[in-house]
Amino acid sequence: MTILALSGSLRSGSHNTALLRAAAEEAPSELRLELWDGLKQIPPYDADDDVDPAPPAVESFRQAVRAADAVLIATPEYNASVPGALKNALDWASRPLATNVFRNKPVAVIGTSTGAFGAVWSQAELRKILGTMGARVAEVELAVGHAEQKFDENGRLLDDDVRDGLRDALAALASELTPQLVAA
Amino acid sequence: MTTIEQSTQAVPTGIWQADTVHSGLSFEVPYAVATFSGEVPDFQAALTDGTLSGSARIASLRVKDEALQAHLQSPEFFDVERHPEVSFSSTAIRRDGDAIDLDGELTMKGITNPVTLRGTITGPSVDHFGATRVGFALEATVDRTAYDMKWNMPLPNGEPALSNEVTLRADLTLVQQ
Repeated sequence: MTILALSGSLRSGSHNTALLRAAAEEAPSELRLELWDGLKQIPPYDADDDVDPAPPAVESFRQAVRAADAVLIATPEYNASVPGALKNALDWASRPLATNVFRNKPVAVIGTSTGAFGAVWSQAELRKILGTMGARVAEVELAVGHAEQKFDENGRLLDDDVRDGLRDALAALASELTPQLVAA
Repeated sequence: MTTIEQSTQAVPTGIWQADTVHSGLSFEVPYAVATFSGEVPDFQAALTDGTLSGSARIASLRVKDEALQAHLQSPEFFDVERHPEVSFSSTAIRRDGDAIDLDGELTMKGITNPVTLRGTITGPSVDHFGATRVGFALEATVDRTAYDMKWNMPLPNGEPALSNEVTLRADLTLVQQ
């Protein structure tokens, strides 16, 4: 099964992108993480441009979400909230709201920051946004603080507890992929 | 219309099927400064030997806005993908003249809780085509959070936008089989 891994940071040395690479290393064999790198190409949302077909970068993003079985998002925290580029991409993806590609899509949110709290407020806002979009937001909490101490100079995750947290997060997300259908 | 002889204390026996064209399921919930309502038109119900039971296909839930309708069907509310139906089955019915109470179990989003429906019963009586009908006008107020529907947003005054208390209403016309 394919999990689309989406980093909310554009920076080449991003700790959040590194966290997703570590998640790919920890993924069990039946899960394949695909890191999406198209965030910087998404234009600012403009309802005048929200037509069919959508701008190519937007259509590419929507198709990537549509094709994935689940989505794993790692977000930094800007001013106690979600980075604008990430929010902008989700705003595009959420259209049209009633039938958007995130509807019923299993999604997990994780994050890391150089501060003590590991983007916990940004993650909470992101879960609210995704819930409003109709995504199936997994019960996952992984807030990695003091990022500069958790990764080496090449962006490799050094912390075994965080690796355990990543495995737990992936297991929680995977459990959403095989729902028990309930008739009533 | 001819009223047939009946006991004002008895719950009709035998099998009665809902005439869904002349029946309705709806809900009302206080939202911000007013009351928001919707309906679930695709349902079935029957009164069988004194037990009222029914189920509704929640994908048919209708409100006046497509996006809001999708939100109500999303995992934050009914989660229609995993829980396509809601259902009710009575465990005890008490009739006192036109007044009727039904204890029962209501299942929504895969969660079952006891609930008491209160309302009125009309009939049985024979309609203009000769069929014998009985009517139930029932309602119950439930706490939606007990069914894992916890979404809310704070208003500027700090109060939640959406009440947890939801009134469920069933207006049923049942036809004797």
